[in-house]
Amino acid sequence: MTDVAIIGASMTQFGERGGWVCDLLAEAATDCLDDTGVRADALDHLYVSNMASGEFEGQTGVPNALAHDIGALGAYTQRVDQTSSSGGAGIYAAWQSIASGASDLTLLVGGEKMTHRTTGEATDVIASLTHPAEYKHGVTLPSFAGLTARAYLDQYDAPREALAEVAVKNHANGVDNPHAQFRKEIDRETALDSPLVADPLRLYDFCPITDGSAALLFCPVDVAEEYTDDYVRVAGVAGATDTHVVHERPDPTRMNGVVKSGERAFEQAGLAPEDVDVAELHDMFTILEFLQYEDLGFARKGHAWEDAMDGTTARDGDLPINTSGGLKSKGHPLGASGVAQGYEIYQQLTGQAGKRQVDAEVGLACNVGGFGNCVTTAIFEVGA
Amino acid sequence: MSLDAGCCPNGHLSCPPHPRCPECGEPQPETVDLADEAATVVTWTTSYATPPGVREPNTLAIVEFEEHDVRLLGQVDGDVEIGDRVEPTYTEELRDPEAGIREPASQAWDGYRFSPS
Repeated sequence: MTDVAIIGASMTQFGERGGWVCDLLAEAATDCLDDTGVRADALDHLYVSNMASGEFEGQTGVPNALAHDIGALGAYTQRVDQTSSSGGAGIYAAWQSIASGASDLTLLVGGEKMTHRTTGEATDVIASLTHPAEYKHGVTLPSFAGLTARAYLDQYDAPREALAEVAVKNHANGVDNPHAQFRKEIDRETALDSPLVADPLRLYDFCPITDGSAALLFCPVDVAEEYTDDYVRVAGVAGATDTHVVHERPDPTRMNGVVKSGERAFEQAGLAPEDVDVAELHDMFTILEFLQYEDLGFARKGHAWEDAMDGTTARDGDLPINTSGGLKSKGHPLGASGVAQGYEIYQQLTGQAGKRQVDAEVGLACNVGGFGNCVTTAIFEVGA
Repeated sequence: MSLDAGCCPNGHLSCPPHPRCPECGEPQPETVDLADEAATVVTWTTSYATPPGVREPNTLAIVEFEEHDVRLLGQVDGDVEIGDRVEPTYTEELRDPEAGIREPASQAWDGYRFSPS
């Protein structure tokens, strides 16, 4: 297999945006190509990670629309939908296109336009991924998080404050991310006193509803230096599924899709959890940061909360988690999120993260779809 | 009315049933009716931000049936804690089928809530 490099990365401002999904996708795509000095007509493959443009705004066929809008006519296009992990699945698809030799230059663009919908409507679009036996009870992704958080706190005797600490940390990181939806520090009390959303979780345990887009440009490692000195290598990338019906899992605090995709990605990379210097985890809800931290092997089951409380996962800690601000403060435009995780790791490994910069040679991104239903884990290494 | 779990020849149960047993891949030719069975609350939440057509607040629990190795999620009437005993109660319409994004004809909307025993 061909070794795969990422030679360019971009993300748009996240938040409440004007324009529609095709405008956002084109903005990230052209930024990424212009930054790297690549013409769109040189692309062999163009992938679009998007969950629900049809449901949100009645626009389908977005990869073809994007190819036309940016001047990539002739490129092979494909939409990648894996709900919230569409971005991570897009990284997998783009990696596969280069690794297999099918493409010599692949652009991945993830995006979603959501904020024109009410919170209830957007929540319902996302909840439509659930099984009919779940959907009829009015279950939402936030309510799965409430169910899981209660089980976690009870099973491992963890303090409620530890979840608030995740929100405090990720908000602090988001202050230094110019693209983040929220750039405002919060304190623990604010998080703990915010309105209940899905008991025991409160407003500050949840990511917002967001518009935005992000892009990554892939090519074989052996030609990466023809484009740029700032490239990273895709050391390992793997996906895995867990049950569609969430209550059919024997332990609600364990996400087997995270476990399996992590194991496979580490094996492919020839690396172990202790080799990782920085990671972006899918903190759609604060509790998810703990589950992934444990299921990827960064801590034993039931102990992630200790690393949040003692500062290990802070930007100046031993293993900084979500230096971008995470989904929590950066925002979560569904199809864009996994690609934006890749953007943050690219910035960190190429020394372009500005005030967010940490010392890192190996970075990991874990992108979770559904409530752990389908997961992609990617590991990146500095290129040169 | 019944609350059917699918059962495969190896005795694995799943609720809802699936075309093949998620544990061993065998078909599930039998069903077990859980409608009159007691269960224990594994975890619960109360959702205060519900989608169109769903009651608000909406208390939900994952329960485990005492006589069978199978779990189920459902709405809850009343207050529960982890470890509480509950029983299923039939409800004709759990949410308004016309209000949400899903095609009303594509699935059932009746089912069972859990109430403290």
